[in-house]
Amino acid sequence: MDFLGTIKLVFRTLLARKGRSFLTILGIVIGVGGVIIIISLGAGAQSLILGQVTKLGSNLLSVAPGKSNEKGPPSQVFGITVTTLANSDADSLRSKTQVPHASAVCAMVRGSITATWQNKNVDTNFTGTESSYSDVVSFTMQEGQFFNQQEEKGNANVAVLGSTTADELFGGTGVSPIGQVIKVKSSLQTQAGGIPLRVIGVIAPRGSSFFQDNDDQVFIPLTIGQEQLLGIHYLQAINIKVDSSGNIQQTIDDVTRVLNQNHRIQRAVDADFTVYNIADAISVLSTITNALRLFLTAMAAISLIVGGIGILNIMLATVAERTREIGLRKAVGATNSAIARQFLLEAGALTFLGGIIGIIIGVIISYLITLLMHYLGYDWAFVVSITSVLLAVGVSILTGVIFGLYPALKASKLNPIDALRYE
Amino acid sequence: MPLIEVENLKKDYINDEVVTRVLHDISFKINEGEFVAIMGPSGSGKSTLMHILSFLDRPTSGLYKFEGKDTKSFNDEYLAKLRNERVGFVFQSFNLLARTTVLDNVRLPLIYSKLKNYDKLAEKALASVGLSHRLEYFTNQISGGEKQRVAIARALVNNPAVIFADEPTGNLDSKSGNTVMFILQKLNHQGHTIILVTHETDTANHAKRIIRIKDGEIISDEKVEKRTIATEDKDLVK
Repeated sequence: MDFLGTIKLVFRTLLARKGRSFLTILGIVIGVGGVIIIISLGAGAQSLILGQVTKLGSNLLSVAPGKSNEKGPPSQVFGITVTTLANSDADSLRSKTQVPHASAVCAMVRGSITATWQNKNVDTNFTGTESSYSDVVSFTMQEGQFFNQQEEKGNANVAVLGSTTADELFGGTGVSPIGQVIKVKSSLQTQAGGIPLRVIGVIAPRGSSFFQDNDDQVFIPLTIGQEQLLGIHYLQAINIKVDSSGNIQQTIDDVTRVLNQNHRIQRAVDADFTVYNIADAISVLSTITNALRLFLTAMAAISLIVGGIGILNIMLATVAERTREIGLRKAVGATNSAIARQFLLEAGALTFLGGIIGIIIGVIISYLITLLMHYLGYDWAFVVSITSVLLAVGVSILTGVIFGLYPALKASKLNPIDALRYE
Repeated sequence: MPLIEVENLKKDYINDEVVTRVLHDISFKINEGEFVAIMGPSGSGKSTLMHILSFLDRPTSGLYKFEGKDTKSFNDEYLAKLRNERVGFVFQSFNLLARTTVLDNVRLPLIYSKLKNYDKLAEKALASVGLSHRLEYFTNQISGGEKQRVAIARALVNNPAVIFADEPTGNLDSKSGNTVMFILQKLNHQGHTIILVTHETDTANHAKRIIRIKDGEIISDEKVEKRTIATEDKDLVK
């Protein structure tokens, strides 16, 4: 029998047993599809979590007031306000001789405000910062520009809006926010009206980072935030961009030395500030998300086993029928190798088809989940790893071929009459 | 040269180390063109003998010469070739492939052969058993008598030297059985050697020669004096 004849024969046989073929394929589809979906979910979740952190930009250090136990949360979590970080600290960190590898430094304060434009009120947050903010954190402008040094130092009444805030205030009105004057008012202020600020830019959407929505935000010059909105003279954070990743440790040491001098601190245990390294946070989160992926991979393996058992069941359920069929085929002149070829091709065709359908369904469902996550506002990556596809298809084909071929090979070695009488 | 020659043929079955001798010392010759019925009660070993003669099983000892050649030296591959080209087999329980058309069932031996024109040969074989109108039917859509005629068509599609029939009428009503016997007699008349296994005297009387077996031994081997000639079935005239 030639190869083409075998293929024709195999397809006739498979079509004659639509139910069995379908169930076998289903086992493989579940196995392969399950693995692709689960692995894709794991990779998506990882990208979501790491994306939050890396979005801030790499090579970033952050100085927070208050001492922090390495294992514990910052003191602010407990409602303690630490006022030791001053504007002068940020200035001295800008010194190229003291901290040579800091390419940009920006001081920050944060708070919540009500922003008003015409008769629309929006509750949002503000970030008081310096013009160097745009050098430290990576983002792109949707319209206009970020405030420059002149505007910041001169306490110009200007504001840059995050995309969400811009939408809430100006969305649907057809009016460009640029040049419009909004009024902002913090809860501390009692007098009516608030501070008028001219909008000079809108930042393109960039999602959340560190569980803070960067788009629902108004950016204003540091001193306006400190003095007019919060009424404070200290800083809540200083962010430092390091020129290259190799210089991060050096810069942490430099920053610590400068601040120790400024604050007249002799011993490390007395430090009233903490330097956080974003890279450390990334590596901690990577460890967590890798564990998550491992866990999900184990679940994927279970789905493969379930699929494999499905195939095994179908194959075992038809062993008697198929053994008699093999007996008949041998009785009319099929050689052992013709039987083996037929069953190998049959198992191969089934598992291949099942694998392809499984891949398609797995990819489609993964993609739908990605769309759903995007719709819900998460920065979810659509990842289908080639290894997961190859692994799933490989294991499924192996199960299908082993469980399909083994009984057939056994039956083909029987005397035709023994195979025909098989019960 | 006889077509089939057996001498001192023995067959043992071993089950859980218990040896059961099914055939003792069987010897006979069958020439080309004969129509032989092997008769005996159930358990007499007649089916086992037929399975050995048709290469579905192997003897434990003794000589089996087919077309003058000793079959002992034949390997699996060659036996498959013989089953495919030289021998046709009709089973009591039909053994057709389920969920498959009549035509595909008859084509089955051809796909394992070197012959081309599968469809033409299969259609010709089906025409000779009067089933040209059933080619595309599935095997579960036809009657028992028709199933056995499909099986006969499958047995003769490769134009074999011998057609073996194991209780071919056993599962059929008398009318269908008569049709099957008519076809077998017609094939014999056309020159095919037929070897029939049965336990019914009426069926055996359709043959030209009856070999009686009891407890694995031949008790008689004689010509049929008053041979029954099956009447032509109206269905077959189509």
